[in-house]
Amino acid sequence: MEENKSVMKKEEKTQPQKAKMISLYIMGKKYEVPEGSTIMGALEYAGYQLKRGCGCREGFCGACATVYRTTDDYKIKTGLACQTVVVPNMYLAQIPFFPANKALYDLNELEPSISTFQEVYPETFRCVSCNTCTKACPQDLEVMDYIQALIRGDIAQAADLSFDCIMCGLCAARCPAEIVQYNVAVLARRLYGKYLSKKGEYLKSRLKEIKEHKYDKEIEEFMHMDRESIKKKYYARDIEKM
Amino acid sequence: MKISYFPGCTLKTMAKNFEDSAIASLSFLGIEMVELPRWNCCGTVYSLTSDDLIHQVAPIRNFIRVKEARDTRVVALCSMCYHTLKRANKLVKEDKEKLDKLNNLMYREDVKYNGEVEVLHLLEILKNEVGFNQVSKKVKMPLKGLKVAPYYGCLLLRPPEVGFDDPESPTILKDFLESVGAEAIDYPYETECCGSYNTVVNVNLVVERAYDILSFAISQKAEAIVLSCPLCGFNLDNRQKEIKEKFPDFKSVPVFYFTQLLALSLGLDEKVCRFELNFIDPRPLLKSKHLIGGV
Repeated sequence: MEENKSVMKKEEKTQPQKAKMISLYIMGKKYEVPEGSTIMGALEYAGYQLKRGCGCREGFCGACATVYRTTDDYKIKTGLACQTVVVPNMYLAQIPFFPANKALYDLNELEPSISTFQEVYPETFRCVSCNTCTKACPQDLEVMDYIQALIRGDIAQAADLSFDCIMCGLCAARCPAEIVQYNVAVLARRLYGKYLSKKGEYLKSRLKEIKEHKYDKEIEEFMHMDRESIKKKYYARDIEKM
Repeated sequence: MKISYFPGCTLKTMAKNFEDSAIASLSFLGIEMVELPRWNCCGTVYSLTSDDLIHQVAPIRNFIRVKEARDTRVVALCSMCYHTLKRANKLVKEDKEKLDKLNNLMYREDVKYNGEVEVLHLLEILKNEVGFNQVSKKVKMPLKGLKVAPYYGCLLLRPPEVGFDDPESPTILKDFLESVGAEAIDYPYETECCGSYNTVVNVNLVVERAYDILSFAISQKAEAIVLSCPLCGFNLDNRQKEIKEKFPDFKSVPVFYFTQLLALSLGLDEKVCRFELNFIDPRPLLKSKHLIGGV
């Protein structure tokens, strides 16, 4: 008995268990894919080569935003293909690109005011507060709330609420008012950064110090420092003073 | 006393003079207006199409926000917001099926709306909770000798089931004006429509209506107009530029939000009235009546 057990253990180690397969539908056609795959993994396992609609594969870049449906629900669901794990009988498709409206503007010529949004993205003001954008957001942002903040001219709040946007486009794809939320939000963050955010006065003085070669010696020391010492210095560094 | 306050978009942009003067005045009268932590556009125009439920989502969602703020009452200042919120509220209070459908559309909300919220206008608070008598007692600088024409427009009064005064012969603004020591002018156009959103597509229509309203008030010796609606305010105040172009003999007349006159009479810092945001500068008039210092 003892012997048998150890043999079994050995076999488990050398021969990895075969993944359980589940079936699902890619653009309507049935495939078998390994359980536990991401949507992106399932597509590639099925033989699709993704040139567009995929990017960092780490949930950061927003390129692989997609729509899917599970058989237990009538709702179209949204997510990032690289982060969403497949379930049996799921319906999948991959969206290569959103041809969404993107306004051209010169930030230097814009004012950080509501009238800018009325001119650049007038459709913003068609929002009916249905919250479909928020439901679609794979980043769990309060998308409707930042659009509403802009409608009342609160650019700072819109910049804050949209800060973690990865520009995947799902909000715009689902919006019944045809607003391109993520591009509107980029404009809000640009205006906030350029005109409204607090400017660090220390930056000017630090730049001056650099130009006056104040840190040349320290840099030179770093160039010859070992890894451990650099680490130590890094953790003991001064954090930006506000 | 605290009350949940729904500002609406225009009070945060074009009508900051309305909001600032209201918050300061009410605070002086012992009422803290607490802006809802989250709110969205009221819906702007109440949809009259009976099955157009998507346009009722905006107002009803705000009632969920009121519930989330653990309140059962919400006060609005803008006539348009007041009207849209109150009318949508009435719709769902009387139609359970529509309310269910709307809650269903908002399935992501943690709180369901069951018609618990009451919508109030600031004039109602002043009349019924503070009391115009009490306002009178707190007035430090009666607006003596200031002749003001009340202008109600449509949305505070009509339809009668959402209005808070007699739709044909209202008195609440007159009573308010008298409580702050001003003289209310009687004229027949106080409940006429200003032309509303025609101001976007048919400026001429609005110019003609505003001219009729203002010039009749002036003919009755009005020196200023008082109102509660930023859209009426735009049409009667800002459109005086176009009125003057079309009717060169027209003499301009300042247009106040009622809260600006309230703040002034309570002796608050003139800065909270933000008169610089009124299109027709009211300061020369106020100075001539010795109600403010040098301009």
